[in-house]
Amino acid sequence: MTLDEFKDKIGLGDDKVYGVMGAFTNPDDLVEAGRKIRQMGYTKLDAMSPFPVHGIDDAIGVPPSKLGWLVIWFSALGCATAITLIWYVGAINYRLVIGGKPFFDFSYTIPIAFELTVLFSAFASFLGMWAINGLPRLYHPSFNYSLAHRASDDLFLLTIEAEDPKFDAQECVERLRSLGASDVEVVEG
Amino acid sequence: MSAVLQDPQLMEVNPPLVRSEDYHDLTEQISQIVEGDVVKTPMKYWITLAITASVTGILGLMLAYLVSTGIGVWGNNRPIGWAWDITNFVFWIGIGHAGTLISAILFLFRQKWRTSINRSAEAMTLFAVMCAGIFPLFHTGRPWRAYWLFPIPNTDLNLWQNFRSPLIWDVFAVSTYFTVSLLFWFTGLVPDLATLRDRTTNKLKQWIFGALSLGWRGSARHWSNYEKAYLILAAISTPLVLSVHSIVSFDFATSVIPGWHTTIFPPYFVAGAIFSGFACVMTLLLIARWTLNLQNLITMKHLENMNKIILVTGSVVSYAYATEFFIAWYSGNIYERFTFLNRAFGPYWWAAWSMYTCNLLIPQLYWFKSMRNNLWVMFIVSITTNIGMWFERFVIIATSLTRDFLPSSWGYFHPTYVDMLTFAGTIGLFLTLFLIFARFLPMIAISEVKGVLAVQKHQFTEEEVMAHDPR
Repeated sequence: MTLDEFKDKIGLGDDKVYGVMGAFTNPDDLVEAGRKIRQMGYTKLDAMSPFPVHGIDDAIGVPPSKLGWLVIWFSALGCATAITLIWYVGAINYRLVIGGKPFFDFSYTIPIAFELTVLFSAFASFLGMWAINGLPRLYHPSFNYSLAHRASDDLFLLTIEAEDPKFDAQECVERLRSLGASDVEVVEG
Repeated sequence: MSAVLQDPQLMEVNPPLVRSEDYHDLTEQISQIVEGDVVKTPMKYWITLAITASVTGILGLMLAYLVSTGIGVWGNNRPIGWAWDITNFVFWIGIGHAGTLISAILFLFRQKWRTSINRSAEAMTLFAVMCAGIFPLFHTGRPWRAYWLFPIPNTDLNLWQNFRSPLIWDVFAVSTYFTVSLLFWFTGLVPDLATLRDRTTNKLKQWIFGALSLGWRGSARHWSNYEKAYLILAAISTPLVLSVHSIVSFDFATSVIPGWHTTIFPPYFVAGAIFSGFACVMTLLLIARWTLNLQNLITMKHLENMNKIILVTGSVVSYAYATEFFIAWYSGNIYERFTFLNRAFGPYWWAAWSMYTCNLLIPQLYWFKSMRNNLWVMFIVSITTNIGMWFERFVIIATSLTRDFLPSSWGYFHPTYVDMLTFAGTIGLFLTLFLIFARFLPMIAISEVKGVLAVQKHQFTEEEVMAHDPR
């Protein structure tokens, strides 16, 4: 990451156009508008909503989450950790006869192997989800949109990002307006 | 087809889960509890908090006395070496189970009605597990050595844990359960903290909620990963919650004490845990619904559904009681048979019959719809259920130990005042934490309830209805 990129991330970078944003009051309108915008050939789209909107991923082209692939490896690691630990302690490092039970047996590793599988998976899905989302993050240019604070309340926002190869601020504003978006703005940050 | 969907009679059968017109109104209803000026909180809140905090203070005093004197201040002694401490441990862990059931299992079953109650049920899980942890921790007598329970290299001991013992399984189960519940709860809280961050004008609150919400902005990409993470957490919490009480029951079931050594324990304990946990959620929600005016969000439909679960799990528990007695007779094992006759008619007959009355008889009221919809009945049954479930653990533990194999070792357990005040103190701690939570964090999952409202408001097109139900 260059210094400029880092500055942008924490909100100290030079202002440049982030994108064009508009608001909808209804999730169904958001999905409909998103689909139409994408059909016009825009690819760098985002939507902000107070709750997960059904169908928005298909409409604006959000790829399916890859989190599951991350978690499955960590769950296997958790299981292996437990069995290795119990085997190493019981059969190698600290051989002690307790109640005539064998030094190592898979049967009594099951409870702890299960618990550590769950524990490792939980941490992987929790930390992995934030990492994939690029959070925690101190600043994001979309917060400069005048109604951004209502994306966690009752508004559904659609963004055409400036990185889009077809991006032209004036044209995007008109297109979002024609699809019924209100308060369409060019957002800088 | 669409005529069917708007049929008023059908609407009557399936009343809407959320009684609110728009998203903003929902945000207002839930956030205003959190956002009110602290000094303007009603006096009755502070008085209640003062009482529960004082009781928590008694807990601190009792634990300090125990640590400075020794665990002899509790009444446990031979032959009843495990008494109220483990009874309380199992009781509190069991209460926690309903929270995970509501947040995880009902999520997997797509039960939309869970959204109004899952946040507070999850918080209840965390607080209950904290209360549970106190008892084994202090029963060790040296809680500052608690890290010996975990397989971390230690130079002062040079020992490893005995992984062949169910007690160490319990350490892993309970600590995993607490950690996963905390992660799950916090994940659910983040979008709501972002809502609070966006609403407040107070600089300090903006900082606090801003930091806690991790920069959440509700982007579609975020929601996509978030929903996946939530699904995975729910999917792993479901077997986790079943495993925790199963492993707790192994503490008993792997021993060779008559009355404990039985394979029915894991499912029996899990059903009992859910039974008592739902009753506890019910008690807390009824109080919260009444004091904070949440009737529009926690509707009779939610309460009735919970009562149905109490009826089901209560019946499973009753069935387990019957099976235990049947097997005691059918096995032909004289020790087993003696233990069960002793349980019902021996020195602890009063505890056993309190348990049968509270767990077996009283919940049967819920076969009647009028009873499931009566707030007073719900409140009383939710309390008797928890009394009954506390007695269940006590009966299992005390009656099995009170009559040893050698009649010369027979004994009777008398709790000391320290036993009683410590247990009362954990109730104080539980209520204190819950009151603080209910006042300072959104008690109802705002983003999830909005999702339910969106489905409710959605105008289904002919194609969507046909795709869902081609009849």
